[in-house]
Amino acid sequence: MKIAITSLENNKASKMDPRFGRGAFFAVYDTENKEFSFYENEAKDAQGGAGPKAAELVVNLGVNKLLSSDFGPKAKAALEGMGIEMLLYSNEVKTVEEILLENS
Amino acid sequence: MTYKIAIASGKGGTGKTTVSLNLFYTLQKQLDQKIQLVDCDVEEPNINLFTKGELHSVSDVNIKIPVIDSDKCVYCGDCASACAYNAILFVKSISHIAVLEDLCHGCGACTYVCNQPDVIVEKDKKLGEVNVYSLENGNELVEGKIEIGSAIAVPVIGKTLKSTDENALRIIDAPPGTSCPVMETIKDVDYTILVTEPTPFGLNDLKLMVETMRKMKGKFGVVINRAGLGNLAIYDYLKEEKIELLMEIPFDKNLARIYSEGKIMVDEVPAIYEKYVKLFDKVKLNLDEANSYS
Ligand code: SF4
Ligand code: SF4
Repeated sequence: MKIAITSLENNKASKMDPRFGRGAFFAVYDTENKEFSFYENEAKDAQGGAGPKAAELVVNLGVNKLLSSDFGPKAKAALEGMGIEMLLYSNEVKTVEEILLENS
Repeated sequence: MTYKIAIASGKGGTGKTTVSLNLFYTLQKQLDQKIQLVDCDVEEPNINLFTKGELHSVSDVNIKIPVIDSDKCVYCGDCASACAYNAILFVKSISHIAVLEDLCHGCGACTYVCNQPDVIVEKDKKLGEVNVYSLENGNELVEGKIEIGSAIAVPVIGKTLKSTDENALRIIDAPPGTSCPVMETIKDVDYTILVTEPTPFGLNDLKLMVETMRKMKGKFGVVINRAGLGNLAIYDYLKEEKIELLMEIPFDKNLARIYSEGKIMVDEVPAIYEKYVKLFDKVKLNLDEANSYS
């Protein structure tokens, strides 16, 4: 399974990015091979539809479960439509590594 | 006269609609010709609350949006790549495709690029409507209005302006802000009256509007509403930039009360009527000069 969260930087020590559609990076943890990978959110500067576009990008990465403190209504609808598990989560202290390990 | 004069402001609540209404009623008293008030504040048109006209025509503004048959789709993703508005959600790995109707601008690019037969068909989606109300003296209010929940204003504004009478003098109330809907409203007008307040926020919004006007090479001047509030920085700015100050409306509790009662200031206060007569004289001078050169 792959689980993901938006992160402020592209490394494991980064904090989570509270925004989903306009978050800077996606931190993805693969529970099978126990690897972390980071991807730039190419949707973050989209004029409109950043939320659903970001949803499309993460689902394309093979992610099945997503954490965010704010998905936004359009991204939420898109993710529901694609059957992706969503978890509302907020923490400004922990690193994305800690958060993903705890929630996987 | 068939001039198109827009009233705009960098943000809402500066008195833009008050200026549109009062200018209209002033001209209605002064001129013996057809005048149209045009409400392009399509998200929240409210001029009709004041003019109380009789609705005589309604026309819908529609766009064509795609409907994708997911059984016939081969999931090539061409349509999603062609869509400039992120309105097609496409994930190849899970064979998922969906049209996000709220984001679709009806450009037709997806239908054009799809090379599979009968996968995409188009259906009408209503974006808004244009309402025409009869007022006194054969004058009219032309009002654009977007559907609740729709965020796409530009085509509705375009159709509203197209529905106006080319032989009428048109007073156009623009939407607030400096984004596409405002540009669409003022791109073909003869003159734009910018309404602002003498506060730091007002000055900031005015500067953005002035930038927009200069980019579009449009003629404009400024009306200061609630003069006497705030500070004088705005006057220095106008002087430095050589921008014409067309009129000042003083901050006055009596005027605020007249507005809140839904009445028209130029009907109630002769001194204000005089101000609007002078305002139009200045605008007209600009326009007539420009025309005599061309
Ligand atoms: S009509 Fe244009 S905006 Fe709408 S989905 Fe197709 S390509 Fe996108
Ligand atoms: S272009 Fe046509 S066939 Fe290809 S994904 Fe879009 S709808 Fe399906």
